[in-house]
Amino acid sequence: MLREFTCIMCPQGCDISVEFEGATITSITGNKCAKGEAYVTQEIENPMRNIATSALVDGGDLPLASVRLTDVIPKDRIFDVMAEIRTVELSAPVHEGDIAIHDVLGLGVDVIVTKDVDAA
Amino acid sequence: MKHVDAVIIGGGPAGLAAAIELRKKGIDDILILEREKKPSGILRQCIHDGFGLTRFGETLSGPKYAARFVREAEALQIPCLTDTTVLEVTPDRHVYASSSEHGMMEFEAGAIVLAMGCRERTRGAIRIPGTRPAGVYTAGVAQAYINLKNKMVGRKVVILGSGDIGMIMARRMTLEGAEVLGVFEVQPYASGLPRNVEQCLNDYNIPLSLSHTVTDIRGTDRLESVVISAFDEHMQPIPGTEKEYECDTLILSVGLIPENELTWMAGAEKDPGTSGAAVDENYQTTVPGIFAAGNVLHVHDLLDFVSLEAEALADGAARFLKEGSLPACNLAVRGNELVSGLTPSRISGEDDVTVSFRVRRPLRNCTIELVQGDTVVKRRRMPKALPAEMIQIKLKASDLSQTDDLEVKVTC
Repeated sequence: MLREFTCIMCPQGCDISVEFEGATITSITGNKCAKGEAYVTQEIENPMRNIATSALVDGGDLPLASVRLTDVIPKDRIFDVMAEIRTVELSAPVHEGDIAIHDVLGLGVDVIVTKDVDAA
Repeated sequence: MKHVDAVIIGGGPAGLAAAIELRKKGIDDILILEREKKPSGILRQCIHDGFGLTRFGETLSGPKYAARFVREAEALQIPCLTDTTVLEVTPDRHVYASSSEHGMMEFEAGAIVLAMGCRERTRGAIRIPGTRPAGVYTAGVAQAYINLKNKMVGRKVVILGSGDIGMIMARRMTLEGAEVLGVFEVQPYASGLPRNVEQCLNDYNIPLSLSHTVTDIRGTDRLESVVISAFDEHMQPIPGTEKEYECDTLILSVGLIPENELTWMAGAEKDPGTSGAAVDENYQTTVPGIFAAGNVLHVHDLLDFVSLEAEALADGAARFLKEGSLPACNLAVRGNELVSGLTPSRISGEDDVTVSFRVRRPLRNCTIELVQGDTVVKRRRMPKALPAEMIQIKLKASDLSQTDDLEVKVTC
């Protein structure tokens, strides 16, 4: 099977052409680095993404703190994780690096804060 | 009136990077003037990740990227006056500013760094016909409401313009439960990066329609629908292609305009190619001692290049402060018809220089040549070049002549 990918690993956004059978890549062209091959392999097997969103903060000078995941999760679990993040409310002050949710939905990744929010 | 060696206007990524680098180069007396309550500029609301791969070798969220610079500036004890608006910059380097706390202020600056960034093009600027209901936002305003104020701007969304911020907002609003009907782009190609088409639109099955734009806005109090029309290659709507989309929100991601009012007050000349200040290889404008870098100079594709450019600016500004002037840059830099946004506009030929530009339309298998007289100083072949991507080419002083203008030729 032949498929074209746009690599999302960096802003270069390489156009990668891949031939594969099952999960085995038989030829790959267009990627400028090894990350491209790793990305395509992952896309064929089980697409994974990180997400960035916000979590509520109680008593902060902003109502929200930006959060992201410590690592990628399966693409089809994105909206489950979003729903889970919506259930938490952090207490100000929060700091960059704070863990908002440990091992979210048992996926083996944490939701971490990416911004300081001071107490109001 | 107070003397300050280096006054930096804007505490966003460009201003912070310039300030830190100036301090590292031995300039002690620095002051950042920032309009918002805290430094970091637009990065406060850019909560997505993908920043920092070039500058730090890792992917960071906007707030985290900014925090690295804010903390370093704090550690270096660089003063930053926030909630402060600069009202005027004069050619003899006086800066007038005001804030509620300090009232009117006047500074006499040894050097001035213009780092005001840019603002968004609005509905008025692109003259979309129709009524004037609520629910029409620029992408950055919608982003601020959602990411800073916890206010969802709408539920059924049409996005006009395929700039990176528009695509990022398409994903953001989808994650927050909105239905994004589509992204419409008047040009026949996406104006943002291919990776954002992939990870912001394709990942969420949001359709991207090229050569289409909004030709009517309908609704009285709140937006009720928009009309989209196909456009031909002469950028004219094709009659009969109108299609009405019911929606409560229209997000505009139709370009950024460098915020140069202070630049022109200071008497700096405009570069017609970038519409920003004409600068030389030291990022000095045509007014001695006034420098510009970052998105106020030309809109960048990547944040990392803003930081790097501001750090390069600091070299020139520090040298100006120590030596009182910079060497003349008498060689013009020009591009051919496929080149846009070329900067700097003048070089000396005696120093290393980074030339930045974009191509005017998507190109395959093109050749870029930087030429002085009959000499090709640098040649680069590119399998693919997109207007979304800024091209930067570094030239070494040893490769340059001091007599001939520099021409950037893109051929395909």
